[in-house]
Amino acid sequence: MSASQPFRLDRFARSFLLAELVGGMALTLKYFFRRKATINYPYEKTPLSARFKGEHALRRYPNGEERCIACKLCEAVCPAQAITIEAEPRADGSRRTTRYDIDMTKCIYCGLCEEACPVDAIVEGPNFEFATETREELMYDKERLLANGDRWESEIAKRLELDAPYR
Amino acid sequence: MAKVTVDGIEVEVPNGASVLQACEAAGKEIPRFCYHERLSVAGNCRMCLVEVEKAPKPVASCAYPVMDGMKVFTDTPMVRNARRGVMEFLLINHPLDCPICDQGGECDLQDQAMAYGRDLSRYAEGKRAVKDKYVGPLIKTVMNRCIHCTRCVRFAAEVAGVPEMGATGRGEAMEIGTYVEKALTSELSGNLIDICPVGALTSRPYAFVTRPWELAKTDSVDVLDAVGANIRVDTRGGEVLRILPRLHEEVNEEWLADRGRFSFDGLKRRRLDRPWVRQDGALRPASWAEAFQAIARALPGRRLGAIVGDTMDAEAVFALKGLMTGLGAVGLDCRQDGAKLDISRPDFYLFNTGIARIEEADALVIIGADPRREAPVLNARIRKRWSQGGFRAGVIGTARDLTYPATVLGAAPTDIAGAAAFLAGAQRPMVVLGRAALARADGAGVLAAAWELARAAGGLREDWHGFNLLHRFGGQVAPLDLGFVQGLDMAAMLAGGAEALWLLGADGFDAARIPAGAFVIYQGHHGEAAAARADVILPGAAYTEKEGSYVNTEGRVQRGRMAVPPPGEAREDWKIIRAASEVLGVPLPFDSLEELRAEMAAAHPVFARLDQGPLPGCTDDSGPAPAPVTDAPFAVPVENYWQVDPITRASETMAACAAAYLNPRPLLAAE
Repeated sequence: MSASQPFRLDRFARSFLLAELVGGMALTLKYFFRRKATINYPYEKTPLSARFKGEHALRRYPNGEERCIACKLCEAVCPAQAITIEAEPRADGSRRTTRYDIDMTKCIYCGLCEEACPVDAIVEGPNFEFATETREELMYDKERLLANGDRWESEIAKRLELDAPYR
Repeated sequence: MAKVTVDGIEVEVPNGASVLQACEAAGKEIPRFCYHERLSVAGNCRMCLVEVEKAPKPVASCAYPVMDGMKVFTDTPMVRNARRGVMEFLLINHPLDCPICDQGGECDLQDQAMAYGRDLSRYAEGKRAVKDKYVGPLIKTVMNRCIHCTRCVRFAAEVAGVPEMGATGRGEAMEIGTYVEKALTSELSGNLIDICPVGALTSRPYAFVTRPWELAKTDSVDVLDAVGANIRVDTRGGEVLRILPRLHEEVNEEWLADRGRFSFDGLKRRRLDRPWVRQDGALRPASWAEAFQAIARALPGRRLGAIVGDTMDAEAVFALKGLMTGLGAVGLDCRQDGAKLDISRPDFYLFNTGIARIEEADALVIIGADPRREAPVLNARIRKRWSQGGFRAGVIGTARDLTYPATVLGAAPTDIAGAAAFLAGAQRPMVVLGRAALARADGAGVLAAAWELARAAGGLREDWHGFNLLHRFGGQVAPLDLGFVQGLDMAAMLAGGAEALWLLGADGFDAARIPAGAFVIYQGHHGEAAAARADVILPGAAYTEKEGSYVNTEGRVQRGRMAVPPPGEAREDWKIIRAASEVLGVPLPFDSLEELRAEMAAAHPVFARLDQGPLPGCTDDSGPAPAPVTDAPFAVPVENYWQVDPITRASETMAACAAAYLNPRPLLAAE
């Protein structure tokens, strides 16, 4: 009984003087004057790594020719089986896709398609703002992917250049 | 026999075998490009180098004969170095275009470069470029990829028997081609695609279609000729994308004729995918129940007959026979061509020698047949026998290039008896009678005369059966085995003997011969003239779409598996007949394929013996009843090899072939 007497007093004093409240408010005050961790998204954005795996895009050569040659390695390597490709000879005899679909709801953004591509055609670009209202809008077709490529080409090219030494 | 030690494993191989064969006997894999078991040895790729004790250099194992006591090493630093070096040389001029190459994923060079090559290229200079050659509508060439193994040259010259390919130039200037630019005139040209170890020769219809790892593989049997070649049907998503041969030493070895290989695109066009019923003179789509009801309403009171087509499976024919017996049909026939076959004994209508035993024959007379265009794989077997020497062939009928020399012994049935002199002295004579030769007015006489020729030449013995009938399609023998020749024959039925006709895939005759008042039920997979004439159309399955047994021309029962489901509302044929039997009030006594097969095997024991060749000899040499023959010459059996049945007629690939080969464009000198 005698051993617990000072402890009780101490607790009583702390609660009576609102020490915990004051300590908590002190911490709040400390962070109040610190630099903010949050940013004002969408007006501000954090920097992205050159290896960030965002929305897919199909790239073109500078002369406008699509890069994809329908080798189907991305389709084969895709662990989520999100990619569907169909191919046939184009009028000039070259091998091109007639269909290149990515089911973005299946995709796990692992980047293996990008790794497998021998011509750097399919890439995961820097864009992560492609949320949609309906599921159907996330079934990307070749046209959509090529449009992505055209839209993001300058950034994608820069990122590939930055990452090239490590490949 | 020679004792050889391979990596410490002692094996015994025949004298004269190559070191490579000894290594294979010991279970050691030797990489190779130019060596092929069924072709002559060229020894030019140098990939099969191995080390032999006391030999100063690595030796090319494919071209090096074994010696007794030889010690071979297949995995020493010297061998590994040699292979790596050879691979580096092969890859100097081979383009790095695997991603766009159709061979990618099943390429010998790709696999062996992974297994035996260096991981980096040291070659920075320019690669050579070779212009692509045109070798026909079936084969696409990318000559940059060619590694000059000359397998195609040897295949064309040795197996196909059309020495049209060759190499021009030496060293880096060497090019494989046809000298003069033209389509390869072989019915076996598709096999060039299989034997090419790289992507230089690939399939033109299959170009860029898919990748080998995406395909589902189903074992089946080819029905588009009577050889019954074993095939593998490659499918993706319910669509047949290509057909490849499977190894069967006694039937097709590893070859497949172009018709069986490339005509599958016909399976996707002009298909019957739902039942149709004729109403007020016009066909209109109907449900299965309506179609069966229409049949049930029409059949009573009509004399019923049935005709079976050339590519039907035995199960469907057996089911139809059961149904027709139940309904009291007046006639069953399976001979659309009107061939005067005698089905009283199986050896009157089979290729009794057997395809494999052609290699034992020493003389051959072909009567009214064109084996090169009726059964190209079988013809390759005859050519193989001829190339071994001590073999002579004669032809009665039109003389056409058979890829081996054949003496013309006459042109008409009256010349058959005289051919005995040609076969005289032969130990194992063969007579090959074409089915087309029986489809004449004097067909029965031709059959008897051919049998008599085989007997007179001493070809009908207990250890040798020299009488052979060569059928045209894979579904022609099974109905004969099942006795689907009863009552009125086809001519009598069409002449008014039958007032209702059940046509099971019967597309091989002129539909205008069907009498105007007859009620016609067409069950089949393609809509052609017979379907257009029909009052009720029941959509059936093609050979890739059903489980079926087929009997080849030598009487071998083989089974095909279902590779893809039939399109739309079409069903497997025996199921259609089983369902119809229920509606028509004569239910058949089986509900599953197993029950049907058990029933069929009980009634016809031949169907219980899967994959068995013909009996080794002839126990009874008494022939079919003799009949007179005329001196009218035999007609050309096959004018158009590429378009013979509904599937091939619907095929764009086959149409392209017919256009290219029947009206060849003028020859142009190769550049």
